[in-house]
Amino acid sequence: MIGSESRVVVVGASLAGLRGAESLRRSGFAGSLTIVGAEPYRPYDRPPLSKAVLTGAVAPDATGLPNLVALDADWRLGAPAVGLDRTKRLVTLEGGETIAYDRLLIATGASARPWPDAAEGRLAGVHTLRGRDDAEALRRDLAARPAQVLVIGGGFIGCEVAAACRDLDLPVTLVETGPTLLASVLGAHLGAVVQTLHETRGVTVLCNAKVEALEDDGTGRVQRARLADGSAVPADLVVVALGAVRNTSWLAGSGLAFDEGGLDCDAQGYVLDENERPDTQIAAAGDVARFPHPLYPGHRIALEHWGHAVAQGEHAGRLLAGCEPARYAEVPAFWSSQGGITIKSVGLTKGADGVVIAQGDPRHGRFVAVYGQEGRCVAALSFDSARWLPAYAEKIAAGAPFPPEPGGVDAGPLRVFAPGFPDPSGSGPDDPARSGKDEP
Amino acid sequence: MSDNTAPPGPSPTYAAAGLRVTVDLNLCQAYAQCCYAAPDHFVLKGHEALHYDPAPSADARADIERARIACPVQAIRVEDPEAPRR
Repeated sequence: MIGSESRVVVVGASLAGLRGAESLRRSGFAGSLTIVGAEPYRPYDRPPLSKAVLTGAVAPDATGLPNLVALDADWRLGAPAVGLDRTKRLVTLEGGETIAYDRLLIATGASARPWPDAAEGRLAGVHTLRGRDDAEALRRDLAARPAQVLVIGGGFIGCEVAAACRDLDLPVTLVETGPTLLASVLGAHLGAVVQTLHETRGVTVLCNAKVEALEDDGTGRVQRARLADGSAVPADLVVVALGAVRNTSWLAGSGLAFDEGGLDCDAQGYVLDENERPDTQIAAAGDVARFPHPLYPGHRIALEHWGHAVAQGEHAGRLLAGCEPARYAEVPAFWSSQGGITIKSVGLTKGADGVVIAQGDPRHGRFVAVYGQEGRCVAALSFDSARWLPAYAEKIAAGAPFPPEPGGVDAGPLRVFAPGFPDPSGSGPDDPARSGKDEP
Repeated sequence: MSDNTAPPGPSPTYAAAGLRVTVDLNLCQAYAQCCYAAPDHFVLKGHEALHYDPAPSADARADIERARIACPVQAIRVEDPEAPRR
């Protein structure tokens, strides 16, 4: 246990930072605690921003996260960290203020990947969606009833935004470079099921298509998108949903190992320097942390999952408090709600070489799919069938054989399909660290 | 839920504070007990899509607390308004 004279600084005032700070206190840490946040807001919940906030059911400022433990913290909000000096143990904030630390938790999260042409990205009516201000601005423009919405990117955020547009009875086109919606996470076999859902609800889906340019009406407001095949899609509101980049640029000069795909960590959760040596004063958690997961050996992964931010934040808090927690091995899990359907996943589909429908039937809208790799279960996905999922999470954690046993004694062996993941070397934005959903 | 030390039922000291609610939708299995306990604040749409009010007013505390306790998978987190914060 670190002493009460110690100073802990948490950089990042969102879910992972908040739960990390709470975990420090819960572990008995009684010293000074400073929480630094780039945005001017107390920690808030992001999943509603791409769903209920867009439809107007929940106000953008209503998603503040509950504090579960008394924090007794010094909050520095609206002051992003811009530098880290590990020799002097100082974090520098925008404006020049420095904060000394004895232990540091880095939970700076990720940002929406911007539209590659900065000038086009600044046109009126062009949005990205990550934070509360983004959601408020997008909500305002949707409420003004645009004539034609264009969503660029058929990942989870793109699908949720398109679904919200249909909830609002707005015309919407969704453009995706892959063979189906969600193909990079679910594979084309099940991505096609999601695509049918959205097409049935009135979304115009263009797959194997790439937006080359956004064009304005002469007054600085977006008017249409030009596709790679030369065709044009009219749009007076555009949502760029091309995934996320990790907020690591402030670590330049720190000597830590990072890039836009994450900040490297060891198996315990300590950050690594450029020579792969851990700095045991510093841990990382949430979207920004790229770490070795015992269930998915061979490479480090960075997960953009709500539950991961909670669990790894709690782990990092115990680690920094000196509690020597067991190795972090939480089974990855996420949910998405779109078009009235709840999709949930456990495990990671990345690298899967087969998929079976283990329960239910995609034609009836409720089913569980299980993904396998080299003969073991690595992920399971439910469509409106969440109660089956914990049983498959146990199989994944145990590395159970794939394909799994059929659910009924009268059932034949499960048919194994190719998941249909697109070639990662293909065109379109691809985050090499991507291993889950692009949650805001 | 060990995270929340508030006793069950209404407490006389919460009145000034608005509530903050979040649901772990990884855990939620759509048993809908919260929708019976606090129908103004939790609604199930379709088979499994739980919609909830993340910022109920303090006078909903009793309903929200009933929902929190009723959840079979203990997925509901409510800010303890008696916990000192600054």
